[in-house]
Amino acid sequence: MAEKLQTPNNNPKRPRRPPEIPTASVKLDEREKALQSLLPQVLVDFEFETVLAVDEVIISIKPQDLPAICKVVKDDDDLNLGYLRCISVVDYIEYLEAVYHLFSLKKRHKLVIKVQLPTESPHLPSVVSIWRGADWFEREGHDLFGVVFDGHPNLVPLVLYEGFNGNPGLKSFPFHDYKEW
Amino acid sequence: MRIQKNPTDETNSLDLMVNMGPQHPSTHGVFRVVLWIDGERIVKSEPHIGYLHRGSEKLCEDELYSQVITLFDRLDYVSNLNCELAFCMATEKLMDLQIPDRAEYIRVILCELNRIANHMLFYGAYGLDVGAMTPVLYGFRERERIQSLFESVTGARMMHNYIRIGGVKEDLPDNFERRIATLTEQLKRGIEECDDLLSNNEMFLARTKGIGIINGEDALDFGMTGPSLRASGILEDVRISEPYSIYERFNFGIPVGTAGDCYDRYYVRVEEMRQSLSIIEQAVQQMEKGPILANVRRITRPPKGEVYIRTESPRGDFGVYLVSDGSDKPYRVKVRAPSFANLQTLQHLLRDAYVADSVVILGSIDIVLGEVDR
Repeated sequence: MAEKLQTPNNNPKRPRRPPEIPTASVKLDEREKALQSLLPQVLVDFEFETVLAVDEVIISIKPQDLPAICKVVKDDDDLNLGYLRCISVVDYIEYLEAVYHLFSLKKRHKLVIKVQLPTESPHLPSVVSIWRGADWFEREGHDLFGVVFDGHPNLVPLVLYEGFNGNPGLKSFPFHDYKEW
Repeated sequence: MRIQKNPTDETNSLDLMVNMGPQHPSTHGVFRVVLWIDGERIVKSEPHIGYLHRGSEKLCEDELYSQVITLFDRLDYVSNLNCELAFCMATEKLMDLQIPDRAEYIRVILCELNRIANHMLFYGAYGLDVGAMTPVLYGFRERERIQSLFESVTGARMMHNYIRIGGVKEDLPDNFERRIATLTEQLKRGIEECDDLLSNNEMFLARTKGIGIINGEDALDFGMTGPSLRASGILEDVRISEPYSIYERFNFGIPVGTAGDCYDRYYVRVEEMRQSLSIIEQAVQQMEKGPILANVRRITRPPKGEVYIRTESPRGDFGVYLVSDGSDKPYRVKVRAPSFANLQTLQHLLRDAYVADSVVILGSIDIVLGEVDR
């Protein structure tokens, strides 16, 4: 539909360039800057990559390191990220990404942990033993995106009914030509 | 649906399995819990949600940014404006947009009114949960007043679709100042009346004091937020810890409980209504004339990136995780619903409680299933 509405390119010498997509600007405040400088000292045993987005510090880690890193950032006195706000899974078609949003009530800073997963049979260690609140978020991620959280005590369907076929959160799940009854 | 019993279960074969819901008036929507009962005590409980799952997050991916707001109305259908606000703020943060002052004030006034309306509904329904018929009439009387003001401002009593990316839909009606002055007076009296009616009632105290206790550490571990967390003695309010919009301009208190029982969870909400009223009064005083919508294009195209925003909805920490790929539709929207996380504590709260208290405990968490199931 979008292609049909575009005006034809009458000048073959100047090919039409795709529109440039701007990226959101980054503005960190003091607390997040302090957190960013702390991270290399605390996570000295782990491999991680730091990215910044809008007002957050994001670290990308390996799937197998996830429970260990979560434990470290939760128990460390300087980080004190004791409150797991949210676990989201995002489907980027080539890969899946699990996103953990953490917050510290004492220090009032926030950290995002990201884990990349393969689209085929995504497996990730569960963090229920660290935060009991992760329980339903992981079950939902399993329902909608098919991510298997290893070590979860009860990974049965939560928002979908039992026997539902497919993972409706994925981009590959049909949007319009899907009939339930 | 089949219930699987695993061998490490704390239940034994003599326990009675009782099903509660999903069509049960005191589950506040379509929510089902399976209870294992030993005499009068609950040994174990297993909540089942998802009866209202509409795939809101997936639907957002197929709508323009301005259309998504209507979907957010339908998440927490008791405090719609707070949900709208969260999504609009997420988009605005991604676009790095400055909102006109008047629009911010209108948003705050309406959201705080919505908080009062929400707590009034809780007040009435909670009265019913413990077996008192009268509070619901008083609670709904006050809520009705707020809703008729909403109708005059937004054009709808519920599903408002009023907050827009960059401001609000239209300016307040001419008689708004007079109406809000009468409304705050009425609400002030109404809240006192409601408080008098139920809070010191001997039977109400007997039903709620010392029931469903959760301590602060456990509550945080479960991801509990909002009034339910504050009742356990932890001061955490997004309006204070990470002030959004213009909340740092107001002077207000955050009620915090001590016991973490059903009564504290109830009374924190009653007290919160008074604080919201004081915010509204301050906002009405400070508000000045001006534009109500920033200069934004009709079809919003936020830059590529991702943002997580958190707001204090009446139920707790309402978070929106928004991923944009630079097109006119969001790439992924994830809603962190406060009721969803709060409801996880139910299993913990119901353990070793009496069957008769199960409804009282469930009511005190104050869930809305539209938000839990999304």
